[in-house]
Amino acid sequence: MNFDFSEEQLALKDEARKFLAAKCPPDRVRKLMDEDSPGFDPELWAQVAEQGWLGAAIPEEHGGLGLGYLELCCISEELGRAVAPLPFASTVYFFAEALLRAGTPEQKAKYLPQVVTGELIGTIASAEQAGAVSAANISAEVSGGKLTGVKLPVTDGVVAHQAVVLAKEGGKPTLYIVDLNGPGVTREAVNTIDRSREAAQVEFKDAPVERLGEVGDGLALFEAINDRAAVLIAFEQVGGSDMCLEMAKEYALERFAFGRAIGGYQAIKHRLADMYAKNVLARGNAYYGAWALNSDAPELPIAAAGARISACDAYWFAAKENVQVHGGMGFTWEIDAHLHYRRSRQLALVAGPARNWKHRLVSMLERRNAA
Amino acid sequence: MDFNDTPEEAEYRARVRAWLEENAPRGVKGASLGDEDESQMDACKAWQAKKAAAGYAQIRWPKEWGGGGGTTIQGVIFAQEESRMGVQLGGPFAIGLGMCIPTVMATADDETKKRFVGPAVRGEKIWCQLFSEPAGGSDVAAIRTRAVKDESSVDANGDFDWVVNGQKIWTSGAHYADHGIVLVRTDPDAVKHKGLTMFWIDMKAPGIECKTIHQMSGARGFNEVFFTDVRIKDSQRLGALHDGWNVSIITLMNERASVGGGGGARGGGAIKALQVAQKIRDENGEPLSNNSTVRERIAEHYVRAEGLRFTGMRSLTALSQGKTPGPEQSVTKLVQAAGMQDLADFMVDLQDQAGIIRDPTLAVENADFQEMFLGSPGGRIAGGTDEILRNIIAERVLGLPGEIRVDKGVPFKDLPTGR
Repeated sequence: MNFDFSEEQLALKDEARKFLAAKCPPDRVRKLMDEDSPGFDPELWAQVAEQGWLGAAIPEEHGGLGLGYLELCCISEELGRAVAPLPFASTVYFFAEALLRAGTPEQKAKYLPQVVTGELIGTIASAEQAGAVSAANISAEVSGGKLTGVKLPVTDGVVAHQAVVLAKEGGKPTLYIVDLNGPGVTREAVNTIDRSREAAQVEFKDAPVERLGEVGDGLALFEAINDRAAVLIAFEQVGGSDMCLEMAKEYALERFAFGRAIGGYQAIKHRLADMYAKNVLARGNAYYGAWALNSDAPELPIAAAGARISACDAYWFAAKENVQVHGGMGFTWEIDAHLHYRRSRQLALVAGPARNWKHRLVSMLERRNAA
Repeated sequence: MDFNDTPEEAEYRARVRAWLEENAPRGVKGASLGDEDESQMDACKAWQAKKAAAGYAQIRWPKEWGGGGGTTIQGVIFAQEESRMGVQLGGPFAIGLGMCIPTVMATADDETKKRFVGPAVRGEKIWCQLFSEPAGGSDVAAIRTRAVKDESSVDANGDFDWVVNGQKIWTSGAHYADHGIVLVRTDPDAVKHKGLTMFWIDMKAPGIECKTIHQMSGARGFNEVFFTDVRIKDSQRLGALHDGWNVSIITLMNERASVGGGGGARGGGAIKALQVAQKIRDENGEPLSNNSTVRERIAEHYVRAEGLRFTGMRSLTALSQGKTPGPEQSVTKLVQAAGMQDLADFMVDLQDQAGIIRDPTLAVENADFQEMFLGSPGGRIAGGTDEILRNIIAERVLGLPGEIRVDKGVPFKDLPTGR
């Protein structure tokens, strides 16, 4: 039994934490959120690329470090802890994973090296309106190699250079790569609940596309990419949850009311104990996801669902109760609690809500029981 | 990261598995602790003796004390394999071997240890732990049972009698135990924690009366134990006079040191819940497993149970590498006990009006969930209430301040006692 990260992986995590504490303090995140075009820190992006993080799990033949997914999970946890204002998830978990999963050797050679260097910011465009992503809910259509339709919201859609887009061709859901700076693409920033990550409405009018995978494989590939992204996002969530608990604990120790530290009151103590318990469960489930992702195990879809459901629950609880423990101060712009409150929701939606994953998980359990 | 045994662990597991295949009793149904009938008790004792003879009882204890001379991880592997075989016959010995005997081993002289350790390991003698009282459950130190020295009883060796009067409660298995460890007040003028002393006792001594408690589940596993002029020799003392509180910490530390097998079935009760939901119909004749709310609840139970299973694996990893597990294990009992009650309530609710039926011949799943419904409140109280466990996590893991203590520095006899 070796259900833990190695010394080297933990050292990488420690390095990442120090790096982000220096380069991405909460003040910087908050300042970015104040700007007119929030949601992206180009300077930090360049530094992160220099660290090699963008290519941590990308094979060496495509310019990456080829370390593996366990290493990437370590980095993800720290990015989540720091509420990093970067298109990291869109580029690395979604765009790069889509290519690794479904790209031809030529497509991988064309795009992945640019991802590693940070020159290429990628994203995924699936949703078009409120509601689940499904065959019935996709109107975007490809005909004669040209895409027409509207995607909303596209996370990091303002700064991204390339997008993996889910559309239909002859009624069959299919994935495509689209150059967002190319002809027929217009995009507009949309205001979101998490201003540390931007999002756009992207309109395609006869935009040229490059097919990714086979016609009709779009939804299956989309699910497979989501499974991989869900594990990595779970680590961001676990990092964020732990940070919320630390913030709440520190504040509860230094804030006095009625003559003593509020952390001495059971109403606070017990809430923080519950936060800790949820974080522990989320970490356990995330580790299983990491194992399944790294070893490409057949259990990955179930492991990913468990990781996601548990992490969504833990981060939301930690984020909202961290605001509560901070009292009135927690509701102010200056205190970092709201960064996590926003991010916890953003992450809980970006790969689809936990509700969808619960249904998926039970469907998989039904199939496993029947087998 | 992997789930594989090390070569040594795999070799040990194979050996254990082969031995269990050959020796494990089949088809003996265990009972809840303290509620075993005579034939179940016989089966428990026979199995414990067999394990001890083969070095599989108290695997990590030294061989000279009747243990297996093995490692903690070997103990865990054996427990996993035993549980995989469906053998659950260790109940009557859990408190003795998990708490009482470790306390004896840490505090008693060699002669006493020789007298008690072997028979306990072999399952010949059963022990109980007498700490809780009607006036103190979570507040264990609020003990009122008094021990008074009988000055007239001093013998040539300087040994003498303590005369004990008072009452203990929630004592699992006291009615069939041979021995016990008891915490009593020897100095009521001292502050609460300072005037306590620990002794081992013979549960058949004159003046000890056990009355089983009828639990809300119907079981009668634990007791009220009354002490009327019970004589205990000073030579039965465990640890120093008035130092019983520190001795009790040894006992309770051992209770918490028992790391779970990191096992349990995949998904806990959620898989069973799903199977049951597939068989029960809603108003349209559709299986309840098609209902969105039902599916979401099942997923939540599954993920919670899996989270616990993986947390156990993290602790096992530390043990396997010869390290001390982290504090994550502290959430297990809190999450498990509340989860059990939550699952039981959900499963009874799924059965609609038939959810009230507890007759195993008529009820869904032989009334397992009705039993769980009635038994699970105890899980949230026994061995540390939810509230005490949250305090422990908050104070010891997170470092938050302890509770305000109005009893601090006050002689025990001057403390208000309430009803």
